[in-house]
Amino acid sequence: MKILVPVKRVIDYNVKVRVKADQSGVELANVKMAMNPFDEIAVEQAIRFKEAGAADEVIAVSIGPDQSQETIRTALAMGADRGIHVQASHDTEPLAIAKILKAIIAKEEPGLVIMGKQSIDDDSNQTGQMLATLTGWPQATFASNVEIKDNVLNIIREVDSGLEHITCPMPAVITVDLRLNEPRYASLPNIMKAKKKPIDQISLDDLGVDASQRLKTLKVEEPPAREAGIMVDSVPLLVEKLKNEAKVI
Amino acid sequence: MHFGLSEEQNMIVDTVRGFVEKEIYPHENKVEELGYVPQEIADDIKSKVLNMGFYAPNFPEEVGGGGLNHLEFALLERELGRGSMALTHFWGRPQNILMACEGEQIERYLTPAIKGERMDALAMTEPDAGSDIRSMKTFAKKDGSDWIINGTKHFISGAAHADFVIVFIATGEDDTPKGPKKRITCFLVDRGHPGFEIKPGYKSLSHRGYDNMILTFDDCRIPNSQVLGEVDGGFEVMNTWLYATRITVATMSVGRARRVFDYALQYAVDRKQFGQQIGKFQGVSFKLADMITEIDAADWLTLASAWRLDEGLEANREIASAKVYASEVLARVTDEAIQIHGGMGLMNDLPLERFWRDARVERIWDGTSEIQRHIISRDLLRRLGG
Ligand SMILES: Cc1cc2nc3c(=O)[nH]c(=O)nc-3n(C[C@H](O)[C@H](O)[C@H](O)COP(=O)(O)OP(=O)(O)OC[C@H]3O[C@@H](n4cnc5c(N)ncnc54)[C@H](O)[C@@H]3O)c2cc1C
Ligand SMILES: Cc1cc2nc3c(=O)[nH]c(=O)nc-3n(C[C@H](O)[C@H](O)[C@H](O)COP(=O)(O)OP(=O)(O)OC[C@H]3O[C@@H](n4cnc5c(N)ncnc54)[C@H](O)[C@@H]3O)c2cc1C
Repeated sequence: MKILVPVKRVIDYNVKVRVKADQSGVELANVKMAMNPFDEIAVEQAIRFKEAGAADEVIAVSIGPDQSQETIRTALAMGADRGIHVQASHDTEPLAIAKILKAIIAKEEPGLVIMGKQSIDDDSNQTGQMLATLTGWPQATFASNVEIKDNVLNIIREVDSGLEHITCPMPAVITVDLRLNEPRYASLPNIMKAKKKPIDQISLDDLGVDASQRLKTLKVEEPPAREAGIMVDSVPLLVEKLKNEAKVI
Repeated sequence: MHFGLSEEQNMIVDTVRGFVEKEIYPHENKVEELGYVPQEIADDIKSKVLNMGFYAPNFPEEVGGGGLNHLEFALLERELGRGSMALTHFWGRPQNILMACEGEQIERYLTPAIKGERMDALAMTEPDAGSDIRSMKTFAKKDGSDWIINGTKHFISGAAHADFVIVFIATGEDDTPKGPKKRITCFLVDRGHPGFEIKPGYKSLSHRGYDNMILTFDDCRIPNSQVLGEVDGGFEVMNTWLYATRITVATMSVGRARRVFDYALQYAVDRKQFGQQIGKFQGVSFKLADMITEIDAADWLTLASAWRLDEGLEANREIASAKVYASEVLARVTDEAIQIHGGMGLMNDLPLERFWRDARVERIWDGTSEIQRHIISRDLLRRLGG
C-alpha cells in the first residue's frame, strides 16, 4: 500500500509574523520557512505505518513554488521514499489543493492519505474534508490515535466532548491532530540520502486542474495589541469582572 | 567563490538547531541549579542522538561515524554551541585522535566510543604545565614491557563521565642546544585501572555541570599495548589529530553569540524608556550593529578555516585567528547584551549572566588568546626569517 502525505511550506512557527506594509498579506521575504507542524506529524505517522509493515511506500507531495521542494526534502530526510512537487502559487486555496490531490490520487492510487488537520498559516482546516468529498472516500479528521487492523482503520478523534472512537474502511483520508505523535528528527543518514530520492515535477496543466483564486483578500491587519492585565485580590471580584467587564461568563 | 550551504548542510543545521531548542534548552535551568546533569537526561539525549545517526558525526563512515567533513562538523558544532555544554556533551563527539587506534585498540576504544558505549576524555594539562605542555611532569618509566606512570593532570573536561582517558605523558628527555626537551607519548588508560584515579576538580565560573576533573597516577602500571601511536610520538599524534579541535571553541562561540544577540535584539524592541523603544537610541542601536557585524565576521572566519582543512590547505594560522577572534567576540557580545538589558541582564531570571560567565573560559582553554596570537604571529614572522 502507498501512503500519500501532503506537506506544506509555511512560515516557521518560531517566527513572529509581520503584516506587509501594503496590507496585501504577511511578509515572506527573508523569513524562515519550515514544514507545517501538523504535516510533520502526518509524515511521522506514515513512516511508522511503513516501519510496522502496513505500508510499502510513503510519498510526500507539496504544492507551491520551487522552494516547496525543500519541504519535500525534509520529509525525505525523515524517511519518506519519494516526492511529488506541483508547481503553483503559494496561496493556492484549499479547494484547488484538494482537486490537485485528487488528480494525484488518480495517478498513484494510494491506500491512504494522511495530512495535517490544518496549516498554521491560513488555519483553513478544509483541505482534508474537501479531498474526502471529492474522492468519495471516508474521512477521519482530528486523529489523535490511529491503527490499522485487518484492513480497517481504528481511529480516536479529539472532539469538544471528549475522545471519539471510530472505525473506517480504506482507502480513506486522515487528518491528524497535535497529540498523535512526536515527529522524529531527520537522521544524518537520511539527510545524506534525501538528495538521491526522486522528486517528480508535475504541472497544473498535466493534472488538468484549474487552480485560479476564488477568494479575494481585501486586507490583512495585525491583531489589536493586547492590553495590560490587572491583578484582582479576590475570587468574587474576579467573577464580577469576568461577568460584567469581560462579559465572558 | 560560493558562500551558500548545500541542501544537506542546511538540513544538518536545521536539525541540530531544532534538537538543541527542543531537547537541550528546556533542561538548562535545572542543570544550572543542580550543578550536574541528571543521569536520565544524559541517557535520553545520548540515545536520541544515536537513533538519529548523529553520534560521533566527526568520524568517517567506514568506522561507523557520521562522515561529516570539517565544514559540516563546524556547522553542527556551531548549532550545538547555542546550548549548555554540560548537556550537549552527550551529543557525543569523541576525540578524532582515536583514529590513531590500531589492532585490538580499535575494538576496545575506537568502535565503542563511536557507538556511544564508552566515553573518552583528553588529558594534557598539569598544575605546572598549561600553555607550556612540553614541561609536563607526569612521567612513564619503562619496566619490561610495561610502563609505570606517576603524576597529576588537572582541568580535565569530560573525565567525570569518561570510561577511559587519552593522556599525554613524558617518556624521556633529550639534550638539545636549547636545553633538555621532553619526549611525550600518548596513552589510553581505563577508568578503574589500579593506580589511576579520576577525582573531582575545581568549581568553575563557566559551564556549570560541565565538570573539570583531576587525574592522579600513582605507580600505575600499564602494558605497552596501551600506547596510542608511537612511543615518544605524542607530538606527532597531537599535531595530526588535535590540530582541528580549536575550531570547536571558535564555532561554538559563534553559535552562542547568535543566541545571545537574539535576546539583545528582542529587548531593544520590547523595552521602552523615555517614551520609546530603547533600540531607537543610537547608544543601543549602534551596539547591535557592532555585535552582528562581529558575529558574522567570526562566523565566516571560522567556516573559512574549516573549509581550508577540507581543501587540504594550511590552516594553522587561520584556525588560531578564528579561535581568538570568535572567543573574544563572544565576550564582547555577552557583555553588551547585558548592558542592553540594564539591571535585568544581571539577574538569573534571564540566562544572560550565565552566557557571560560561560564565555569567559573560551579565551583560556584549548590554547589561551595569547598562545593563539603567538601562533598567528610566529606563522607570519617565521616566513621572513623572524
Ligand atoms: C574549564 C577548563 C577545562 C579544561 N579542559 C581541559 C581538558 O579537557 N584537557 C586538557 O588537557 N586541558 C584542559 N584545560 C586546560 C587548558 O587548556 C589550559 O587551562 C590552558 O591551556 C592554559 O593553561 P593554564 O591554565 O595552565 O595557564 P598558563 O599556561 O599558566 O597561562 C597563564 C597566563 O600566561 C599566559 N602565557 C603563557 N605562556 C605564554 C606565552 N608564551 N606568551 C604569552 N603569554 C603566555 C597565558 O596566556 C595566560 O594568560 C581546561 C581548562 C579549563 C579552565
Ligand atoms: C544590583 C542592583 C541594585 C540596584 N539597586 C537600586 C536601588 O537600591 N535603588 C534604586 O532605585 N535602583 C536600584 N537599581 C536600579 C539601577 O539604578 C537601574 O538598573 C539602572 O538605572 C538602569 O535601569 P534599568 O535596569 O531599568 O535599564 P534601562 O533603563 O531599561 O536601560 C536598558 C538599556 O537602555 C539604555 N538606555 C536607556 N535610555 C537610554 C537613552 N536615552 N540613550 C541611550 N541608551 C539608553 C541603557 O543604557 C541600557 O543599556 C539597582 C540595580 C541593580 C542591578
